[in-house]
Amino acid sequence: MIRFRVRFDKHGKIRFTSHRDMARIWERAIRRVGLPVAYTEGFTPRPRISFGLALPTGYASDGEYLDIGMDESVVGADGTVSGTGVASETSIDLIQMKEQLSRALPVGMNVQAIEMIEGRPGSLQEEVVICTWRFEIRELGDIEARGAVADVLAADRLMVTRQRKGRETTEDIRPAVLSLAVKGKGDTGVILEADLAAKPRLVRPSELMAFLAPDHELGPVTRTHQWIEQDGAPREPIPGPATPAPRAQRRAS
Amino acid sequence: MNSLWSRLEPLLPRVQKPARYIGCEDGAQQPEHGPGKVAWLLAYPDTYEVGLPNQGLQILYEIINERDDAVAERAYLPWTDLIAEMRRVGLPLFSVDNHLAASAFDIVAFNLSSELVYTNVLESLDLAGVPLRSENRDERHPVVGAGGHAVFNPEPMADFIDFFVIGDGEEVVAEITEVVGEWLRIGRPTGSRHEMLRRLACVPGVYVPAMYDVEYDGADLVGVYPRYPEIPEVVEKRTVADLADWPYPRNQLVPMTEVVHDRLNVEVFRGCTRGCRFCQAGMITRPVRERPLDQVRTMVSEGLARTGYDEVALTSLSTADFSGIEDVVGGTIDDPLNCGRVTISLPSLRVDAFTVGLAAKIGSARRTGLTFAPEAGTWRMRQIINKMITEEDLLATVESAYASGWSRMKLYFLTGLPSEMDEDTEGIAELARRVVQIGLEHTRKASVTVSLGGFVPKAHTPFQWFGQNGPEELQRKINLARNVVRGEKRVKIKWHDPHASLAEGITSRGDRRLGAVIERVWRAGGVFQEWSEHFDIRFWQDAMEAEGLSIDWYVTRHREETEVLPWDHIGAGLHRDFLWQDWTDALAGFGVPDCRWTPCYDCGACTEFGIEHIVASPVPPAGGSQGTGQGIPGIDAVPVSIGRPEGGFR
Repeated sequence: MIRFRVRFDKHGKIRFTSHRDMARIWERAIRRVGLPVAYTEGFTPRPRISFGLALPTGYASDGEYLDIGMDESVVGADGTVSGTGVASETSIDLIQMKEQLSRALPVGMNVQAIEMIEGRPGSLQEEVVICTWRFEIRELGDIEARGAVADVLAADRLMVTRQRKGRETTEDIRPAVLSLAVKGKGDTGVILEADLAAKPRLVRPSELMAFLAPDHELGPVTRTHQWIEQDGAPREPIPGPATPAPRAQRRAS
Repeated sequence: MNSLWSRLEPLLPRVQKPARYIGCEDGAQQPEHGPGKVAWLLAYPDTYEVGLPNQGLQILYEIINERDDAVAERAYLPWTDLIAEMRRVGLPLFSVDNHLAASAFDIVAFNLSSELVYTNVLESLDLAGVPLRSENRDERHPVVGAGGHAVFNPEPMADFIDFFVIGDGEEVVAEITEVVGEWLRIGRPTGSRHEMLRRLACVPGVYVPAMYDVEYDGADLVGVYPRYPEIPEVVEKRTVADLADWPYPRNQLVPMTEVVHDRLNVEVFRGCTRGCRFCQAGMITRPVRERPLDQVRTMVSEGLARTGYDEVALTSLSTADFSGIEDVVGGTIDDPLNCGRVTISLPSLRVDAFTVGLAAKIGSARRTGLTFAPEAGTWRMRQIINKMITEEDLLATVESAYASGWSRMKLYFLTGLPSEMDEDTEGIAELARRVVQIGLEHTRKASVTVSLGGFVPKAHTPFQWFGQNGPEELQRKINLARNVVRGEKRVKIKWHDPHASLAEGITSRGDRRLGAVIERVWRAGGVFQEWSEHFDIRFWQDAMEAEGLSIDWYVTRHREETEVLPWDHIGAGLHRDFLWQDWTDALAGFGVPDCRWTPCYDCGACTEFGIEHIVASPVPPAGGSQGTGQGIPGIDAVPVSIGRPEGGFR
């Protein structure tokens, strides 16, 4: 089996679909394009598609990922894929595949890049260690926001309580806040940017709200980057159209 | 018209499953509104998950949007969490296509597929800011319409609905568009709404309750009479003669989030003449009109390619009866484009060996559950309801299903049927036990789930005169069946809440006086009554009492032959004397064959409208006793008796 890694974005109304919805949307898009995707064995064969870290429902993203497995018999040495489905009698290259998939996806989702993956890389869910988030806090002023950010960064601990498997657990998310800064004014408030650890679990911007501005509402949120670690340095699984230089600094404080 | 999206968007992070409110489906349209275009809002009075797949709504959505003089958008009733948020910020009911306010449309048309959603219509209108009652609307308000199977008795909703469409909607939407369009062209002058409705009432198949007076004699209904000479005394249903002319939906909506029946749906025929006497759908949708085989094939293959679905359902009231069924199933399974990955669902299957063979062909991988609907537990009872499956046929069918690898059977039954005795009710559980015993000869995992529904008599059926069983009697019968198989873990019995059947019974054969009851239920907070977590019989009991109406009179009372029924001014094509004859035949235990393959018994559906069955096959499908008369000794002599049964009925 040969694997392809796809980078795509998710903006607008479609961002209110869930992670489960995304799986169905992708399965249908792949069938519509007629990609010769590999299937799992067994009683209920499923297409071999694996998704990265779940994006919380309602959050937009500049960079989401999924891996698609295809049968080796249909992938040529040059990376071209001959389809057996709708694209039969032809072969499609990665550029074509990107365009066809974008057309088959709903408005608000576009494929930005596709790469063939060599060897057997780890799963996206395991490999992504940091996510960069851009989020808006409604009706919060710039000065208040800067004060709140300074307080959060100065805190020794940020204790959050959450339900986990029916039980309440309390944990410190301060170690997960790798960077946090005010980035300017948005449509309805102030825009912040944060690098939050995705390991041991994905910490979300909404969890910072209790410390940043408990009386305010969280506005639009965008996951702008996901980072994996390679030779000790953070790198995107596939660089996006406008990816800044990887951060050298793991923790800003 | 302004999009409400920017006001809706901030509410969505606060509610469950926000993708229900975004639209964005494949196949969704964002039509351009403008002068000279009648704007329809097709509203489904239930959640998005239930309403989105509705084929009737999707068909009209496309047909209207193809017109130059009309546009159509869709709305669904938001779930209670979003309704609370909308009421908090004053956001009205919206369309999911352009996110426009419902009140900005010229026509708001509801799909009424069952009675328990009636209070949801009131919730939708209130949320839209449209006056609930037809009499309180004026030229500024949309025209409120309704269609669907439940409107074959429109009277309970007559206070709230300006016009009902009886029967198939494909053609009549054009005529309605023209009448409303003309009203818009003249600028909707003050006081003109009544005139427009009067004109609408002359469109065949359209019932405008405000054009009819209801006369009572004490509690008894005397009649529903037109107020003007040109208004028809009886509104006859509309019937599309040939489905081949209507290959819709062409672009079935593919939702972005999970819904019921989340698959490609292709309607293979409309109507059913099996003649099951409890079945309103089978009575009101006659005659049988098959879609041509080639068109079905095209709709399946193009639909799969366009949508990306890996499942297609061939829909109808009894899909194994489609004369091209083997062709379509075989062709779809063998189509190289589908790579063997497409599943075919056949809802509403007959109980026979042919069906098992068909199921074996399509369910190649997963053979867990198979569903049949014998509907009654004994042969005597099945004769009465005209579901003519012999015990031998039924057991042979499950035998072949277990032998072909299935381990779990699901059997649907009704209880509370006319003249049902305790032996018949217990017969349901005994039948289930026998099915398991047969299964155990083939697999150790054999099990049966019995689904027991309380029978609710419906308008325009032979059972429309029957006094429904009350909730205590239904519960007693459910317990009877449960007792038979108590402690047997391989037979599981599930049942429908008998109180929900009672509420359904109040509205299914109710008259215009029920409008006040429905409004009271809604005002007391009774929305989403079809959802068990929201249903409460006390809403209905209190409202009936407050209106001085007797539940027993409406629900459990047997009707006389001469009684005026609240839907007598609505024509489903069926002669009233045919229905009464069939009712008396039922009580005498006489079956009626399927008239597709036997001589016409003149129910009225074809002759009244000058249309005919469209069936490709001149012979009944192989292997079935059910309703076709095949293999049942003595069925050739189906009596065409004229007499009435002696002693009446219980």
